Amino acid sequence: MDIEIDGKLAHVPDGGTIMDAAQQVGAYIPHFCYHKKLSIAANCRMCLVQVEKAPKPLPACATPVTNGMKVFTHSDLAVKAQKGVMEFLLINHPLDCPICDQGGECQLQDLAVGYGGGASRYQESKRVVMYKDVGPLISMQEMTRCIHCTRCVRFGQEIAGVMELGMANRNMHSEIVTFLGRSVDSELSGNMIDLCPVGALTSKPFRYSARSWELARRRSISPHDSLGTNLTLQIKNNVVMRALPRENEDVNECWISDKDRFSYEALNSPARLGKPLIRIDGALREVEWNVALDYVAHALRDIARQHGGESIAALGSPHATLEELFLLQKLTRGLGSGNVDFRPRRRDFSTDGKRLGVPWLGMKLAEISQLDAALVVGSFLRKDHPLFAQRLRQLARKWGKVSLVSVSADDPLLPLHARMAVSPADLPVALAAVVKAAAEQQGKPLPAGVESVTTCAASQAIARSLIEGEKSAIFLGNAAEQSPYAGQLHALANALAELTGASCGFIGEAANSVGGHLAQAVPTSLNAYEMFARPRKAYILLGVEPELDCHDPQMATSALRSADFVVALSAFADGAACDHADALLPIAPFSETSGSFVNTEGRIQSFSGALRPFADARPGWKVLRVLGNLLELPGFAYETSEQVRADITPLAEGFVGGLDNGLRESALSLPGKAGGLQRIADVPIHFADALVRRAPALQKTRDAAAPAARACAATLARLGLSEGATVRVKQAGGEALLALVADATVPPDCIRVAAGHALTATLGEMFGAINVERA
Amino acid sequence: MAILGAINPMLSVGLDGDNAWRLADYVKRGGYSALRRVLEGKLPQEQVINEVKKSVLRGRGGAGFPTGLKWSFMPRSFPGDKYVVCNSDEGEPGTFKDRDILRYNPHSVIEGMVIAGYAMGAGRGYNYIHGEIWEIYERFEEALAEARAAGFLGANILGSGFNFELFAHHGYGAYICGEETALLESIEGKKGQPRFKPPFPASFGLYGKPTTINNTETFASVPYIINLGGEAYLDAGKANNGGTKLFSVSGHVNRPGNYEVPLGTPFATLLEMAGGVRHGRKLKACIPGGSSAPVVPAAAMMECTMDYDSISKAGSMLGSGAVIVMDETTCMVKALERLSFFYYEESCGQCTPCREGTSWLYKVVHRIEHGHGRPDDLDLLSSVTSNIMGRTICALGDAASMPVQSFIKHFRDEFAYHIEHRKCLVPVELQRAGSGFFKASV
Repeated sequence: MDIEIDGKLAHVPDGGTIMDAAQQVGAYIPHFCYHKKLSIAANCRMCLVQVEKAPKPLPACATPVTNGMKVFTHSDLAVKAQKGVMEFLLINHPLDCPICDQGGECQLQDLAVGYGGGASRYQESKRVVMYKDVGPLISMQEMTRCIHCTRCVRFGQEIAGVMELGMANRNMHSEIVTFLGRSVDSELSGNMIDLCPVGALTSKPFRYSARSWELARRRSISPHDSLGTNLTLQIKNNVVMRALPRENEDVNECWISDKDRFSYEALNSPARLGKPLIRIDGALREVEWNVALDYVAHALRDIARQHGGESIAALGSPHATLEELFLLQKLTRGLGSGNVDFRPRRRDFSTDGKRLGVPWLGMKLAEISQLDAALVVGSFLRKDHPLFAQRLRQLARKWGKVSLVSVSADDPLLPLHARMAVSPADLPVALAAVVKAAAEQQGKPLPAGVESVTTCAASQAIARSLIEGEKSAIFLGNAAEQSPYAGQLHALANALAELTGASCGFIGEAANSVGGHLAQAVPTSLNAYEMFARPRKAYILLGVEPELDCHDPQMATSALRSADFVVALSAFADGAACDHADALLPIAPFSETSGSFVNTEGRIQSFSGALRPFADARPGWKVLRVLGNLLELPGFAYETSEQVRADITPLAEGFVGGLDNGLRESALSLPGKAGGLQRIADVPIHFADALVRRAPALQKTRDAAAPAARACAATLARLGLSEGATVRVKQAGGEALLALVADATVPPDCIRVAAGHALTATLGEMFGAINVERA
Repeated sequence: MAILGAINPMLSVGLDGDNAWRLADYVKRGGYSALRRVLEGKLPQEQVINEVKKSVLRGRGGAGFPTGLKWSFMPRSFPGDKYVVCNSDEGEPGTFKDRDILRYNPHSVIEGMVIAGYAMGAGRGYNYIHGEIWEIYERFEEALAEARAAGFLGANILGSGFNFELFAHHGYGAYICGEETALLESIEGKKGQPRFKPPFPASFGLYGKPTTINNTETFASVPYIINLGGEAYLDAGKANNGGTKLFSVSGHVNRPGNYEVPLGTPFATLLEMAGGVRHGRKLKACIPGGSSAPVVPAAAMMECTMDYDSISKAGSMLGSGAVIVMDETTCMVKALERLSFFYYEESCGQCTPCREGTSWLYKVVHRIEHGHGRPDDLDLLSSVTSNIMGRTICALGDAASMPVQSFIKHFRDEFAYHIEHRKCLVPVELQRAGSGFFKASV
């Protein structure tokens, strides 16, 4: 369609709107309700423009382009209409910008400069709208400012997948409310703050703490999930005041999850470690860096000499930077140990040494929208990967057939094609059933090892969707990687991919789940599980909290307690490290160090420190480099993090090479039927890493509620227990007292007990046998 | 008595009292013969639509859009569900005709809808009934049950192979749900708010399927068109204004009620049928087509005939045929205040000019009425109305603005007097005399 806007020619596809065309030629049309990622509401009427031969001004956002159309965005008619609308918007809007939190970054304020009058003709009483409490993240204190654009409502319906806000009442008494005073609990809710064009929805932790023009903007990358969300950190007086999304259509689009948005509070936590601590006579004492580093270097050297290098183990966090992980493994190997890992929640390492390359998503994130079918295996999708789930939601809303094979029937808030929810012990069998169904439907020989399984309607439907889809994909989630059968699930997924023509990949647990492999932070000797199962004399911990981050926290804790020497490189001075560490070295979190994350699609994203490190904290890579120097290890002469990165990859941005999910010699074999109760452990979204655990606002959300023991009604009946009771949950000699909750999403004969929380740190493995009894 | 008076009636023929609504009575009056003629005669769809086109039946809900033309917009060959929806959400102040059609002659609506469904290839219909008339809704459900039992609804109607199912759906009393796309939203179980058009319901209507929405009276007229033939139906009215029409006459008349007269009947005749102006007082003004139609002063109104074209020439609209008669005891400021309150209250709140503008209009008129008017208020009112009109998603913004504009245009002196003297031009005693609440005084 060819169209003329203000005399400029534009060419838009059939079905495009005047707004699309205007953006193409760079003509700005004022608007409030229109947002490129949301459906069109055409309710604010700010974008009225003049169209030749149309008797009335038409809304640019909603008017489809016709061939030869002539549009005038700034004609007298258009401007008169726009000014008229602006006057209406302002009559009931408080005209007190100087005391509004949104002042300075308010679309209404900005446009009022161009389209508003100098004085108001409105002399009547103004509308007052009651405040609402919708939880700890979004402030709805000043709903009087709302201009009813319904962006927040549409965001809930369309992007978050759940309509938590709606517009109640009619006429000028319309107001945005939650259903019967509920809170807003979506894991993407904070985006509504960005979408709100006025000061109605504001950030509860941030509001009235700074003015937008006082804030310096720094580019950064989220250290949480594997997406590599692009952030803008806003800084005042060397303090991060808030985190906002930085648009990157190929990664996070224009969204960020609440975890990405509100975890910045932890950066300013009173629990930050500001000085090196070493244990003297049983108590941790503050010391200078040179003392602490000497102490650590000597201790490590002595243990390596006395007991051999293999008596030392190092565990890095998958949220650590590429450079930190690289230097950690280099240091460990320099000490003569191959016991280094960055996958603390993993249990099954059988694919180590069999992988053809670095495990990754198997495709680009942007390609998800072109899929016809997708299967996600073993994932608490929304809570593990909020924005990845959002991409699948958009796919499912359009044409994609999205299926789930997982260990719980949590609502992913997207229309599912098929789902299987099974006990963790049955997860390989369930996936094998899909493999078998695919082989049967394709008329191909059944892969050896899956003959015994029986297919069901769901497995057949899943297989069919993957086969029929021109582009389809299989994604293995966190639970699949943490499962004791991770290797089998990997092999089965590869087999399914081969049978159906789908791609196969891992969503990845953390910001550097791909990067850790590139940094070679993978064991040549004991892995993350074995290093605690066979206790070592000394441990080097980089950003991990083993009592919360490990697959078997009880085992990890006892190994650390019995070790001769534990050094923790940490940003925080609280937690169990204070009990078991002999030295605590303050390192800078992602905001205060330069470094790189490699996201799940293999995209390397490097960033600089956004602000000076807190107190005496230092970037982790520098601390490790100095330790290397003190230990007189070769190859630690780095002066910048870029030099470290250059030893890992020549890329500063772009896509890294060496990604391959293939396996050498992958025989399929299915586990036997597990008897008794099985534990299902999710890692709650706001307990997944050291930062979110210390973000106060996130800790007040419903997602951060204390873990309970959850089981379905049938399981409860079989156990003779009733909902609400406090139960003693026992695993591997440890126990925890938890409230019992009936939860229909938990498969039979399973108890869902979350990991990553102090209440359950006394328990054993994330998946496996568990006992419950009345307390 | 169902209809208080009629000239050459069609819809109200044989409706003598409250007992003639049942299927048996309707069939006795010749009911369902049009449906038989269509289905048993296997009339081509095109021919049915042509017959309606020839009749120049114009939509009885207010806009007066030619029904046959509307039906021809429906993509008949569209595979899959198509819907026919009847708009019985009669909420316009002054209008009470559809209520009586459904109360006394519900089968004519059912028959009309089945014929419409046949003509447009739709297999499903809904009748959306105003929320406040519950007993009418219940009666319509009874009528549906009768029609289903007699085989006029359901599968294979009259052995023709044509299937049509019809459901009654009642609203909850929001005026805006009479707007056709808000009505569709409401049937879908959503909040009743108009949709932006395009797309129009004929391509994206109920549940996203092609849908045609007509007024109750429109559907009720269809069987008569089929029976009489389109041209005869047209001849019953006036050129370009086919057929008879129900007028709901209310206000200061001696016999308020529904009257069926041919389109083109002089207003004077209708007024006379309604017993003339109450107490023999002088006519002051008339709103000829429901509260959203511009008011017409007495002299101009007496010149009009009751049809779309004549009323339109007088600067107003025939609308739904709700004739609100005002005599000389009426304070026009007070009358406008009440009308403005209605639109302020019933604005759905979706789009800015209507949500904010209707409340502004009401507040200013309210202020004038209560003696707090300001000299520039009348200019302000006309400026606000022109900022609302043509800038909203649906027509409610226009509906709220037109009374304000027309009242000020025709009765500016009364408004000016109010602002200047802080009281009514029409003496309060006279107003009380004309009011039902102060009968004792005169």
